[in-house]
Amino acid sequence: MSALTRRRLLGQGALVVAFSLSRRATAQVAEKKPALPGDLDKYPLLDSWIRIDADGHITAFTGKAELGQGLKTALIQVAADELAVPPASIELITADTARTPDEGVTSGSHSMQDSGAAILNAAANVRVLLTEAAAWRWLVAAEQVELHDGAAHAPNGESLGYGELAAMLSLHVEAKPDVARREKGVRLIGTDLARVDIPAKVTGGVAYVQDMRLPGMLHARVVRGPSEGTWPKPADVDAAARMPGVVQVVRDGGFTAVLATQEWQAVKALQRLQSAGWDRPGTPLPAEDMRDAIRRLPSQEVPIFDYPGPPTPSDGKVVKARYSRPCLMHGSIGPSCAVALWENDGVTVWTHSQGVYPLRKSLAELLRLPANKVRCIHAEGSGCYGHNGADDVAADAALAARAVSGRPVRLQWMREQEHGWEPLGSAMVVELEATLADGGIAGWRHDVWSNAHSTRPVTAGGLLAGAEHDPPFPRQIPKPIPMPEGGGHRNGNPLYAITNAKGTYHFIEQAPVRVSALRSLGAHMNVFAIECFMDELAKAAGADPLAFRLAHMTDARAREVMQTAADRFGWAGRVKGGGGRGCGFAFARYKNLAAYCAVAMEVAVDRDSGDIKIPRVVAAVDSGEAVNPDGIRNQVEGAIIQSLSWTIHEAVAFDTTHRLSFDWSAYPILRFDALPATVDVHLIDRPRTPFLGTGEAGQGPAAAALANAVADAVSLRIRDMPLAPEKVKAVLRS
Amino acid sequence: MTITLHVNGRDHTLEADPSTPLLYVLRGDLKLNGAKYGCGLGQCGACTVQVDGRAVFSCLTPIAALEGRRIRTVEGLGTTDQPSRLQAAFLTEQAAQCGYCIAGMIMRAQALLERSTRPTEAELRAHMAPNLCRCGTHMRILRAVRRAATAMGGGVRSDAEDAL
Repeated sequence: MSALTRRRLLGQGALVVAFSLSRRATAQVAEKKPALPGDLDKYPLLDSWIRIDADGHITAFTGKAELGQGLKTALIQVAADELAVPPASIELITADTARTPDEGVTSGSHSMQDSGAAILNAAANVRVLLTEAAAWRWLVAAEQVELHDGAAHAPNGESLGYGELAAMLSLHVEAKPDVARREKGVRLIGTDLARVDIPAKVTGGVAYVQDMRLPGMLHARVVRGPSEGTWPKPADVDAAARMPGVVQVVRDGGFTAVLATQEWQAVKALQRLQSAGWDRPGTPLPAEDMRDAIRRLPSQEVPIFDYPGPPTPSDGKVVKARYSRPCLMHGSIGPSCAVALWENDGVTVWTHSQGVYPLRKSLAELLRLPANKVRCIHAEGSGCYGHNGADDVAADAALAARAVSGRPVRLQWMREQEHGWEPLGSAMVVELEATLADGGIAGWRHDVWSNAHSTRPVTAGGLLAGAEHDPPFPRQIPKPIPMPEGGGHRNGNPLYAITNAKGTYHFIEQAPVRVSALRSLGAHMNVFAIECFMDELAKAAGADPLAFRLAHMTDARAREVMQTAADRFGWAGRVKGGGGRGCGFAFARYKNLAAYCAVAMEVAVDRDSGDIKIPRVVAAVDSGEAVNPDGIRNQVEGAIIQSLSWTIHEAVAFDTTHRLSFDWSAYPILRFDALPATVDVHLIDRPRTPFLGTGEAGQGPAAAALANAVADAVSLRIRDMPLAPEKVKAVLRS
Repeated sequence: MTITLHVNGRDHTLEADPSTPLLYVLRGDLKLNGAKYGCGLGQCGACTVQVDGRAVFSCLTPIAALEGRRIRTVEGLGTTDQPSRLQAAFLTEQAAQCGYCIAGMIMRAQALLERSTRPTEAELRAHMAPNLCRCGTHMRILRAVRRAATAMGGGVRSDAEDAL
């Protein structure tokens, strides 16, 4: 977003979309075709993904969004590698409802698997077409044509630029399956290409939707109570409207926003509009811990897995445990923000939503517009880690801007609004029971209770502003996300070779508080529980935790990841547990179909303060073919640190009227002084194998490795998150 | 009122309510993107800038207090073509994920390195503690500051266990 002018943002593309973004369902003839890789299967036309202008300019398109995970860089690498051009030759367009394929939501560590695989194979198809065009032109065999640096080269030294070749052919054709990858020349995949977005971020360039300044732009704030379920008391709107710089107070049903020429003026007016206080007119929040509260609500029983096997031996040793976590917050450092502009009876919204297409659908319903009158363009925001305020603030900005057609409006939430209104990661409870016989697992039961793990908007009722509309749009009814991905039951099925094993997800539709997708969904809790339980079983069986895991693991890649983490950590020679010092290990394959990750951790527990210090963390990860190894390390390091923050420091607090965690003092997260001393991430690269999503692979293993290390250090097991100093101290005294 | 602020080596005269926090003048009047709104409460450090060399929360500092003081934002350190040593170290270490906190991190670290290029690891971590990162990029941020300290002729004592 370097030169972020309105022309650049609004221009281009609009005329060329209609013909290339047709879905396979409509483009396809009746006969069954072999599946194409990733989302290429949904959008098989090559020019949905790659276009080459006559001047040689190459544009790649993705329906996925840059969330700070390094997606742009990795996709540029993939396209440039297969097209044999320098990365700077690729212009990448990310999620934009007018220009890019509908790849749903950028979530679930899916981007490389869905979009990366699509672009890789589309680029391979394009390379073959370019090669064939050159061969035809020169009347030589295709094998004699070499492609590099944006041109085709003939044996006699002649060359033709990609632009000239592209002008000879159409990319508006369906991809062919099984097109071979490029064999010769310099590779970009597998190299640590520097992230394309970081230079602007370290120098104060325009990098975020928060940084957008369009001509004539107004600043807006939305007026709400402190958290979901509360309403501001009537305020003196006229007084606020007369404040310096205030252009208008927009009211629409229960929605109120204030528009001002300068941002601080909007903030001051917001303070005035909120000064009358607030009410909670509806049902009070439960007084008890949310984990206990949701257990009392009706649940729908969803099978997770059922692995038959011989019945549990009657003389087996039965082990049971219950684990839990509180509600957690996404806690984006930058409160959610959007810019909206109404023109020609339609609206354009620049948004850091993870799903521009579902957002467009929800906005169209909210604003009573046809979908083609709503354009959602992804612009980077602060990291979201799931469904935060991004979609809601997009609706807020669109509603606020409707009152001033022709003028762009930038609306950012306040800190206390992000803390108060973002959908939380659900509180969760897991109960595990296993039978040990002959030192191994002879039976296994997994039960997990949780609210929904996605309430992402697909209708107006999924947006906060939808509930403020008069009359309110019906709220979305959440459903359990089916396996193999799963929501609350994500990773509820252990990868270990177990039989006579069964898992049940107790899906609780009724949610006392607003909840939705938080990075890794239920995997954080399920992996925490399963991997803590594996340690408890190993202890009961008198086995080493790593050896016990390996004895139950047949997946060779999982074994190698575990062994690598253990070797790099020095597991065999680790400090002996006890006296406040200990080590822990944990493993999971995210969703049992994405990246493999193992984490080993050493801790030192202060018995007086309950404080956990972490001398070192070592992780190993197998992400399939590593496009950008440093990018993967960055993601896994981040996952570990974030998970340590969740698992040690975090719990959303409530009273019966509202959320109490309204800022960083009321919801503390990990700071520099509580970091591990070292975090090392080792990669096992698997060239020419499918990409395995990595962004959420580390959270579960890091949480469990920590708890296992603490148990090793103090010989007591803490099963309820967070492992905060007060709790550690209390357990040590009990 | 009319006020003159000295930002990144230049005087800027502007009309503003004296109680306006510096952050809004930097972002609004001066169109600088580096300092970010994070909390408005001095709890996260996304808005960190230097005033007379010291790291301050621009979201809490009214401009009335700043006339005649030297204000520096990340834009005052260097550019993408000519980054400062600290910025270059952040680039080398790829010390960002979403990056929303990073300009604030750089300005806080800059204040430390101007005072001493030989802090201990514990001093470095304590100094950075007011600034929050949610992506978990902390280890890279520390690596970048250590790299810059070394490039400036000093170095952070690397005994990491001392920092605990």
